[in-house]
Amino acid sequence: MNHVFYETFERHAHGEGIKGHSTHYCPGCGHGLVHKFVSEAIAELDIQDRTVAISPVGCSVFLYYYMDVGNQQAAHGRAPAVALGQKLARPDSIVISYQGDGDLASIGLAEIVSAAQLGAPITVIFINNTTYGMTGGQMAPTTLIGQVTATSPDGRTENMGQPMKVAEMIAGLDGPVYVERVALFDVAQRVKAKKAIKKAIQLQMDNKGFSFIEVLSECPVQLKLDPVKASQRVKEEMVPIFPLGVKKDISEEANIFEINRAPYEAETLLKEIGASSEASPRFAKGFPSHLNAEDIAIKFAGSGGDGAQTAALLLTRAGLQEGFDSTHIPSYGPESRGGTSYADVHIAKEEVLSPAAPMPDVFVAFNQPSLVKFAGTVAPGGIVLYDSTVIFEVPELPEGVKVYGVPFSEIAQNLGKRILKNVVCLGAFQAATQIFPEETFLEALRRGLKPKLHEINFKAFAEGAKAFREKYGK
Amino acid sequence: MSNVNASKTARPKPFLLPQYCKGCGRCIVACPKKCIEFTNEVNPETGCVPVHVNLDNCIGCGTCFSACPEPYALHPDNIKYFWELPAEEQAAAPRQELPVAAPIPDKQIPLPKVEPLMIKGTYASAIGAMLAGCRHFFGYPITPSTEGAELMAKVLPHLKGVFLQAVSEVATVNHMYGCGGAGRRCMTFTSSPGFSLMLEGISYMIGAEVPGVFVNVMRGGPGLGNIAPEQSDIKLACRGLGHGNTHAITLAPEGPQEMLDLTMLAFDLAFKYRQPVIVLGDGYMGQVTGQVKLPDHMIEPGIPEWATAGDRDHRANVIVSIRLTDVDLEKFNEKLNAMYAEMTENEQRADCFMTDDAEVLFVAANTPARMTKGAIRTLRAKGIKAGLFRPITYWPFPIKQLKPVLEQGTVRRVVVVEASPGQLENELRLALSHAGIPTPQIDHVQRLGGVLPQSEEIVQAVLNMEVKA
Repeated sequence: MNHVFYETFERHAHGEGIKGHSTHYCPGCGHGLVHKFVSEAIAELDIQDRTVAISPVGCSVFLYYYMDVGNQQAAHGRAPAVALGQKLARPDSIVISYQGDGDLASIGLAEIVSAAQLGAPITVIFINNTTYGMTGGQMAPTTLIGQVTATSPDGRTENMGQPMKVAEMIAGLDGPVYVERVALFDVAQRVKAKKAIKKAIQLQMDNKGFSFIEVLSECPVQLKLDPVKASQRVKEEMVPIFPLGVKKDISEEANIFEINRAPYEAETLLKEIGASSEASPRFAKGFPSHLNAEDIAIKFAGSGGDGAQTAALLLTRAGLQEGFDSTHIPSYGPESRGGTSYADVHIAKEEVLSPAAPMPDVFVAFNQPSLVKFAGTVAPGGIVLYDSTVIFEVPELPEGVKVYGVPFSEIAQNLGKRILKNVVCLGAFQAATQIFPEETFLEALRRGLKPKLHEINFKAFAEGAKAFREKYGK
Repeated sequence: MSNVNASKTARPKPFLLPQYCKGCGRCIVACPKKCIEFTNEVNPETGCVPVHVNLDNCIGCGTCFSACPEPYALHPDNIKYFWELPAEEQAAAPRQELPVAAPIPDKQIPLPKVEPLMIKGTYASAIGAMLAGCRHFFGYPITPSTEGAELMAKVLPHLKGVFLQAVSEVATVNHMYGCGGAGRRCMTFTSSPGFSLMLEGISYMIGAEVPGVFVNVMRGGPGLGNIAPEQSDIKLACRGLGHGNTHAITLAPEGPQEMLDLTMLAFDLAFKYRQPVIVLGDGYMGQVTGQVKLPDHMIEPGIPEWATAGDRDHRANVIVSIRLTDVDLEKFNEKLNAMYAEMTENEQRADCFMTDDAEVLFVAANTPARMTKGAIRTLRAKGIKAGLFRPITYWPFPIKQLKPVLEQGTVRRVVVVEASPGQLENELRLALSHAGIPTPQIDHVQRLGGVLPQSEEIVQAVLNMEVKA
């Protein structure tokens, strides 16, 4: 009876007749009281406009019929996840998530535990009446031992699981700032319940963090008790199992939980994604059609750690710098975690059609098995380049394929870092294929690697190219 | 306050509206003066047995009000709501005011000209989302989609955005339901098993009209399958988005550039229709690195009028998928059907490659479309006039664009190339059937298990078909 309830419940059967001013709850149900305490707290804290209430699945699914605040209704178990979505979207919203025990303590365990542990400032109201009310009185995680329900017709036994003490469980997490269990069965309990709910909302207003109020409630219909006896049962049977009181309160010392608010600045975004207005210089005189008229396919193959992917990416970058459509695709499958590592590159005059390279024009092998595996796939007239430090035997190759061995590993070792062998390889690759001028590759290294790595990689590249020229005299 | 005749001086006494009293008796237990008692008189209007109030001993302590679970059954006697007043006085009485929000439009922020980026498909999609004004990411790691989420985790905090690694895909879609309900642009990256888990939530989003963008980088199935590329979620996206009458616009990027462009488009469409949009890629494309040009603007999103935005203007909004009566639910489904028809009319997208004189018309999407383009080059060199019709929307299927190609009189054979057991072909056949277009000769090249059809095998398959013919 305050302005946070709709004056007429238009959503309740279109507000017609008695339903326009009456809840759908059964006589003696606790939900109506909790709705009242929540709405009174909202009114007293003057946050009606800011409040978004998350209705659950269960008897309180129609919370949005009654409360004149922003409303969203969630799937069974998911109210805290929805509440987090709302809160993170709009940090100024006061988000109240409301759930029963069949919902929160069963299907929604993952959502409530993770939301509580995250600790973001939302307020969760949890109604524990030891049964599934809406679906017809089935056993809930909170059902008491001995309690007869539709799915524990002879009474719950310990072998059906013991009643879940949710407030204690939530209080055991580091995330929440305030957890209390309250009840509704007499004036004193109702005063405490309202106070706890108001505090839980106040803590959200103060950006303190996650707060959780468990309310022991009555479900006379499913328990087949009259309302007065249902209230007595809460006091006499539930309270001994679910003790009332504050389970955790670190609200005094808790830090403010900050939630980001995005300013939408173009400059920051471009910087963060590495966009630059600096055009890359071009050094090539045209498309290297001596390798393929339209679309050059290149395959790098080695073991994880050989740097095949990095070499392939640098080559792709070189192709793009020269204005040609270029793609890179790593090998895909179980071998991508350790073991072999393959990379396919395409550099096309107009458009890369298929990014895979099943018949490469140029094939680079970092080890013997890779060479054996792919040597036969090289296109007629193609080029094979391999690491002669580790490969001693070259298998039979298709006719007209040119083969060059350069000791990538040895050269890299002499430079002090075996890991440089892929850039040594790129140097030899440039010399062997004449795909682009050296400057193109140096520019790709400059753009593709961190500045502190530039010098050593330039050297590795130069050594690779030099080794090729010395051996093959080109 | 909406009540009238309020007196602040006297301590109010209870006033019972028996038609709203359910007779629970909490007020009876609460009253220290025993003013209230149970009766045996059933209220004929409600079937309940309201309590009886006798104010002779009432001291105005108020405990009965706070004991009553009903908003309007027992209220202080100094308050009267307009609906309690005689009919002739109601019109003049103050009424509760429900605010009405106006839409706050998006803004386009110009971007300076920058050089193309060299990035992989999942990164391109993440960047497309950020350019589209997405600053809220929710997700659960799953190969081969995770790099997109990792980029979001790295960049969003620097943009003062929100990255939340959810407890599961089920939680992810519900975070999105909440965030989208608040009117924000949010997204996730996932892959096939994760997408399966999100379908329930997507059905809720459709039912509650909540926008959001799902990028599903499809992998091999069923079950855990493998992490290699497949296209076997086409049926989920087109025919199985959770329970009920569901459809969502489903986009099919071909490579990194379209991963960016179509993710941006996905946000536009999601907010245009107030619905989820699916971007369906394959594992291969997620990993392909290529050149990506940036658009000339980014979006600063406004606030839609329907959102629960946590302010006065938006207070009256409700985001809900329940329509309790058959009349209401049928009406809503008719509204959905009208929207699906509008999407089908306006959102079909496709690309044609060398179709003008095509005798063999390929139909393929995602990476298999690129493999097919490679095959077309070879086939043309062998004298077979081949072309590609590439759906950019899996749903709605672009039958409008396909029809003139089929009707140009050159096509002898349609060959569907896909990494799925005919899920794209089924969409094609269904679309042809609905459009009343006679079904042409349809053959296919299909691979499964994480293998994409390669150009060479597409060529060989067509050569075999042509020989047989």
